[in-house]
Parts: sequence; structure tokens; C-alpha cells
Amino acid sequence: MTVTDSQKLAYVAAQAADARVNLEFETDDGMTLNMGPQHPATHGTLRIIAKLDGEQVVSCEPLPGYMHRGYEKLCEVRTYPQVTALVNRIDWLGSFANEVPFILAAEELMGIEAPPRAQHIRTILFELSRVANISLFLGDLGIQLGGLTIGFYAFRDREHVLNQIEAVTGGRFHPNFDRIGGLKDDLPKGWIAETHTAMQKLRDFCNQAEDLLIGNEIFQARTRGVGIIPPEVALSYGLSGPNLRGSGVEWDLRKHACPKGLAYDKVDWKVWTHPDGDSFSRCWIRLQETREATKIVDQLLDTIPAGPVMAKVPRIIKVPEGEAYVETENPLGAMGYYVVSKGDLVPFRVKIRSASFNNVSIVPWVTRGVLVPDVISILASLYFILGDIDR
Amino acid sequence: MNTVLALDLAYWQETSIKVLVVAILVPTTALILGIVFLFKVMSWMQSRLGPQEAGPRGLLQLLADGVKFLQKEDLVPDRADRIVFKMAPMIVLISTVLLYVIIPAGPDLIVEDLPTGIFFALAVSSLSVIGILMAGWASANKYSLMGGLRAAGQLIAYELPMVLAVVGVVIQAGTLSMQGIVLAQANGEIFGFSGFGNPFILTQFVGFFIFLAAVQAELTQAPFDMPVAESEIVGGYQVEYSGFRFLFFFLGEFATAFAFAAITSVLFLGGWYVPFVDPTSDLQNYLGPIVLFGKIMFVSFLIFWFRFTYPRFREDQLQTFAWKFLIPLSLVNILATAVLKVVF
Amino acid sequence: MPKVPGMIKGLGVTFGEMVNTLKPSGGPVTVQYPHEKEEPTARARGVIALHEENCTACMLCSRECPDWCIYIEAHKTLAPPRREGGKPRQVNDLDRFSIDYSLCMYCGICVEVCPFEALFWSPEYEYSEVRIADLLHDKDRLGEWMETVPDFEPYEAGSEAKVKKVPRP
Repeated sequence: MTVTDSQKLAYVAAQAADARVNLEFETDDGMTLNMGPQHPATHGTLRIIAKLDGEQVVSCEPLPGYMHRGYEKLCEVRTYPQVTALVNRIDWLGSFANEVPFILAAEELMGIEAPPRAQHIRTILFELSRVANISLFLGDLGIQLGGLTIGFYAFRDREHVLNQIEAVTGGRFHPNFDRIGGLKDDLPKGWIAETHTAMQKLRDFCNQAEDLLIGNEIFQARTRGVGIIPPEVALSYGLSGPNLRGSGVEWDLRKHACPKGLAYDKVDWKVWTHPDGDSFSRCWIRLQETREATKIVDQLLDTIPAGPVMAKVPRIIKVPEGEAYVETENPLGAMGYYVVSKGDLVPFRVKIRSASFNNVSIVPWVTRGVLVPDVISILASLYFILGDIDR
Repeated sequence: MNTVLALDLAYWQETSIKVLVVAILVPTTALILGIVFLFKVMSWMQSRLGPQEAGPRGLLQLLADGVKFLQKEDLVPDRADRIVFKMAPMIVLISTVLLYVIIPAGPDLIVEDLPTGIFFALAVSSLSVIGILMAGWASANKYSLMGGLRAAGQLIAYELPMVLAVVGVVIQAGTLSMQGIVLAQANGEIFGFSGFGNPFILTQFVGFFIFLAAVQAELTQAPFDMPVAESEIVGGYQVEYSGFRFLFFFLGEFATAFAFAAITSVLFLGGWYVPFVDPTSDLQNYLGPIVLFGKIMFVSFLIFWFRFTYPRFREDQLQTFAWKFLIPLSLVNILATAVLKVVF
Repeated sequence: MPKVPGMIKGLGVTFGEMVNTLKPSGGPVTVQYPHEKEEPTARARGVIALHEENCTACMLCSRECPDWCIYIEAHKTLAPPRREGGKPRQVNDLDRFSIDYSLCMYCGICVEVCPFEALFWSPEYEYSEVRIADLLHDKDRLGEWMETVPDFEPYEAGSEAKVKKVPRP
């Protein structure tokens, strides 16, 4: 077999792995290991074709697409409320956060601004979804690297946040609560006090995670110095969120480019960065961001303005012609919706810029020459959700 | 044996009773450790109760699991080397069963008090490496191959600290036989007070720590469980095994854990010796197993506590830890023990 | 006080959790379903209930459903006039109103969009069936769910929303 181009080689290897033909390209690059779509280390159905030389990775190529559900096509034939219900399911852990950029884009097209109370509560729920998402990350980090206990603690303490989201919206994972012009309903009595308690419990969980995992010397030996991404490379690949801030770039959309409709300017909070750029810094930043998110929620809960929770919106929503792009700082990174409308009941085109797609694109670059366990550590620290990559 | 049963048995009768006892003991101890630690203690550490339905409070869960494994289809991968594939779990189990030969449960309750007891134990425990390598190679699966090779490197590397840690104990006891080590601890004194004997953990605490770390690695438990890294290579060398072959691996792992915990308690905690009771009296034959069981549970708790808390080491960090840290430390320990033994 | 190494602190955490789970005042965090059950919140989206008197078969819910899982059939009849000497009114009489819960994605658009407030959320969730066809709840079954619909809760201070009423028989 005379393939010389390494890209062609990768293609043929993928075909061979598909056809379950065990071709060993040993003369060229080493053993081909297929970390197939079903694997505990990839958060979902991500396929990674790794070429190994012993335990060292020569090249590592992720092949997403096993979970493609056709969101952008679906959105062309669904009305705006229906799209909001569907879009919850893109990043299923940060549930409310998926709806927000879409609703903000639609509000921009319609020229409607949500009342201050709605903006406030929207921000609270946004931060709650961030807490839910990243506390699961901390648990999952332990599971990937062998310390199973922290995974259980994460699920246990995340329940508090999910219960609070359920008390308001009715759904734990798919709230479907944001509406063009505000929110669907108001807060039930007693919710504010319960959420304060929940945030305290989450802070306790963060302390536990720090003692059990982040402060653990074995964990630090696994993640320090592994998977270093310099800031220029991070920017050129389009990384966002904690992955970007882990390389020392101070860029948080909530502070530097916050879209209208969210209440971040009314809160006193801090953007966390870390200069190292390795796996540890990304994990550490996420821990600090969870704590910061609980503090933001606490501040917001005490200052909710009184008022209506929904602006005056026509019954049947027909968005006027135009296009709008809104990007927000979702738990996974920067998520954006580009909505093109032709004045219909349904959007003409919705393009979803998902954070995880860019985050996973750096995997071939960052896994050159590392060992196989480091690949796991890097994938865990980059933290992508398959629903977000494949949409 | 004769004094316990107060019978005069022929050699073959005695041997067959011992074989029967060990044959029943090996799966039972694996069962007990599995239930108590893998299901219950792990669950309690994770804020949940563990299995509750099978048996009273879920205590028969492992029995139900065993039956489930037994009734599964016997799968051998198509490209696997059939004979080697089938023999691998047997070898691991054989090395485990052989370990039970020298565990003393009382002054007379030992299968065979070999004069080179502990040496025999260490030698026999290395047999499992061959079994694991066979499993990894014969499975015709790249994940098992990686797991098998990692296991080979790790297990061989951690044999050395284990042996060297034991040398300190042997120097202090003056004998290799297991009963001899227990009696040396029983008859010893702590600063002239002879009630508790002299458990070697007090003087050999460095050796205890090294031995525990090496045992953790020999059992491929976290933080040294690279060969069976569940979230990376999904079971490593065990990944192609199902049904009763997997049961053998599982039993082997937990029975070995029990055996090593027993050896640790004999070497460092005093074995079957009950304080304030004469070591040669007949009462020890009845109290000894219970006391030994208690000490084994304590040591197993330590082993599993570390397993549930720590993430796993990377392969090269594992090797660095063994070769550059544990072995020099154990050599220093031997030197100090030898010097102090001569001085005192 | 020298810094306690992280590994020791980690051991302390797991041991503390174990003690917590075994203490009678702590206990595990899990609920032994089906012997004990958790109470979902009042707004939890468990099942949809139909109040037939309010429904006028306007078909809005059926049209807006993203999965098209609501099946409505109705026919027009003449109802008696409201006052003496008036014209008979034309009303829709509901023949069939079924929701297919094997398709429903529990988004709540139908409940929200209904102009006559005939649909309500109920937190009931234990209605799994052995056959998928049994997941098609017809009009009578949807009416039975009305008993499980909780009252709407009062709102937090500062809210201007009015608490709606659930029609009771």
C-alpha cells in the first residue's frame, strides 16, 4: 500500500477501522487505536483515531458527527417558541444557557427589551445553569482520572441547583423558560431563600472538590504541564470560555462584550485567568468560576427589582426581516446564534456557533507527542459536550 | 492441626481437609471483602447506601452477581489465542490460592508452616504477572494489550519495594517463617512492657507504608490502577473476558487483597496474637482467627480507602515513584533496621 | 501550622462523608425508590391534564406542538342561546382529545398557548406502561389527571403577576 500523504493515511485508517479490518500501518506511524464512539472517556459519542508509538501519541484526530441531530435545519421549520423548546437540548447540562442567546437575538430583531425584573431573573437562571454545568465537570474530572468519589458528590450537590431550576421552570434539565420579551412566569414564594441555601451548599461542594481533587498531589501531577496551549494558538483556534482564560487571555463575554438583556453590569464580580495554559489551569479556573457564579447569584437574588416579568408582545410572534448575531458566555464557552429572519413565523436560517466545536478542534494540535493517559487528561480539561459539538 | 481436632489423622486426610478449607475460604473471603468494601464502604463514602435488594440489606449482592456471571455465555474472541486466553485467569487464581498456604490463623491453624514462609508468599504472588500478560496478549485487542503491558511493567516494578520492606521485618524477627514472625512480635516488649507484645508497625512504620503502597500496586488498585484504567482502556487486560472467566479475575483480585491484608497484619500488626494471652495456649486457636480477621478488615479498609479517594497515577509517574522513591527509602530502612538490631 | 498535604485532606473528606452517611442524623442522600418517593415541586412538568369544559377545540395546542402529538377531533353543534329569544350558538363539541406521551417532549407550549386555560401541568410522573400504545392518553384519562393538578403557588415579593386559579369540580 503506497500512501505517502499523512492525511490520506488517516482517511484510509478510518475507513479500515470502519470496516473492522485490522490494518496495522506499522511501517509508517505506529499502532492505530480507535477510541470509538462508545468510550467512557469521551463525553458522548466522540470518535478519536489515535496513532500510537508505544504509549506515545503520534497523531490524534477527533471525528465528531455521531450525534448530529440537524438543529440548524430543524430550526428552519419551527416557530420561535418551538425553537426555544428544542434548543435546550444542545448543551444539555447548561440547559437554560442555550436559550438565552437565541432569545436575545430574536429580541434584537423585534426591537423589544425585556423588563428589568425579567433581565435580572434571566441572569440568575443563566448563572444557575453555569453552576450546574461546571459542578458536573468537577465530578466528571474525577471520574476520568480515577477518583470516582467526587463524581458522586457532584451529582449529589447538583441536585440542589436542579431542584431550584425545577421549582421555577418545571423542568430540571430542559427549562424552556425564556420567552421573547421576558420570561414565562415569575418566581414562586420562598424561592429566593431556598436558592441562597443551595448556593451555600454548592460552595461547600467546591471546597470539597478542592480538598479531594484539585488539591490532590496525584491530580496535580497528572495535569500540571500537560497540554499546554499558548495564548496565540488558543486565539487562533477559536477557543473560548475557561479554555481561553486558562491560557492567560483575559476575555469574558459577560464583562467585555455583554449583550443587552442580561444584568451583569449590576453585579460586582471577577474574571479568573491563569497564566500557565496547561490542563490544571483550566480545571482550576472552572472551580473558581463556579464559586464566582454562586456569589453572583447571591448578589442578584438580593437585588431583584419589582415589576412585570414579560413585556408587551403580540400573541403570534412574527419577527420582522433582518439578521442578528448574539454571543454569550455559556458555561462551555462562547455560544452564539446567528438568526436570519424574512418576516415569517419561522426563522429563515439559524446558525449556531457552539463553543465545544472549536474547543475540540485543538485536540490534534495539543496531543502531539503526549502519552495516552495525558490524552484523557487533556480531553477532560477541555470539557466539551457532544450535543454542543454536533448539534 | 492434630491438637485442634484432637484426632490422629493420616497425612492424606489432613491434607484433604486443608485443601477443602482453602477451597471454601478463597471465594468466601473474596465475597466478604467485595461486599463490605467494594459495595458497602464505597457506597457510604459516596453518600449512598449501596445495594439493598438482594438479601438482607443487600449483603447477598455479590452472591447474586456470582450466579449471574456463571450463567453467561462463554465468549472467546475470534482472533484470540484460545488456549492462552482460557488459561490466563486460571494462573491468576492459582497464584492467589497458593498464597493462602502460609497464612497463620492461630498457633496450629496454618496449612503448612514453611520455614521460608514469607519468601514463598512473595515468590508465588509474582506468578499472577504471567497470567495478566497472557490475558493481555491473547485477547487480540489493542486495549488489552496496552493494559497487559502496563500491568507487566507496574507489577514487576513494585515487587522490589515489597520484598525490601519485608526484609526489614525479617531482620527484626530473625526468621522467615510466618509463625516465627508472629511469635517474635508476641514475645517482644515495648520499653520493658510485655503485655501487648511488640507489633513491628511501631518500629517498621516506614516499612509498613512502603509495603502498603506496594500491595496497592500489586493489586492494581487506584492510585496504581493504570492496567485496569476504567475510563481509559475500559478494563485493560480484562476487557475481553466475560462470564465465569471474568469471575476468576474478580475473585483473584479480591482474594489476593484478603491474602495480602492477612500478610500485612501478620508482618506488622502481630497476626493472630491476642494481647495478654499466652501465645502457646490452646485458647489462641479459637481467638486467633477472630483477631486476625479484625486486623485484616482494618488493613483492607486502608487499602480501599486509598482506592476510593485518589485519582490514578500516570504510568511513568508510577514507575518513578517505585524506582526513585520507594526503593531508596526501603534500602535506607533496611540499613537503619540492621544497625539498630545490632545496637539494641 | 504547616499546610496539610492535599492527599491527607482528601482522605479526611471521604472518611467524613462515610461517617455522615452512617450517622442517624445524616443519612445517605439517596432515596430508596420505590419504597420512599421524593416529592417533585408544584410546577414540575409531569403530565398534562385537560379540563374539558374550557376546551373549544380551537386546535391551537395541536398546531403549536413541536412533535404534533396532540390529536383533536370535534364537530359543530348548536348550543341553546344565552338569553331568551336569542339565536342558537354554534359551538365545537369535543369528540377526541388525545396526547401521545411517547412523542411528547414536555415543553409546555400547548399549555401556554391555550387561550381558554383548558390544559394544566401536573407533577405526576408514574404512568409508565408496558406497551407503547398505552401511552396515548385519551380524553377521559386526561380528565382524570385534573385531580392531581396542584393549586398555583403565590409569587415572590415584588412580582406583578396574578396567581391563576385551577378550575375544580
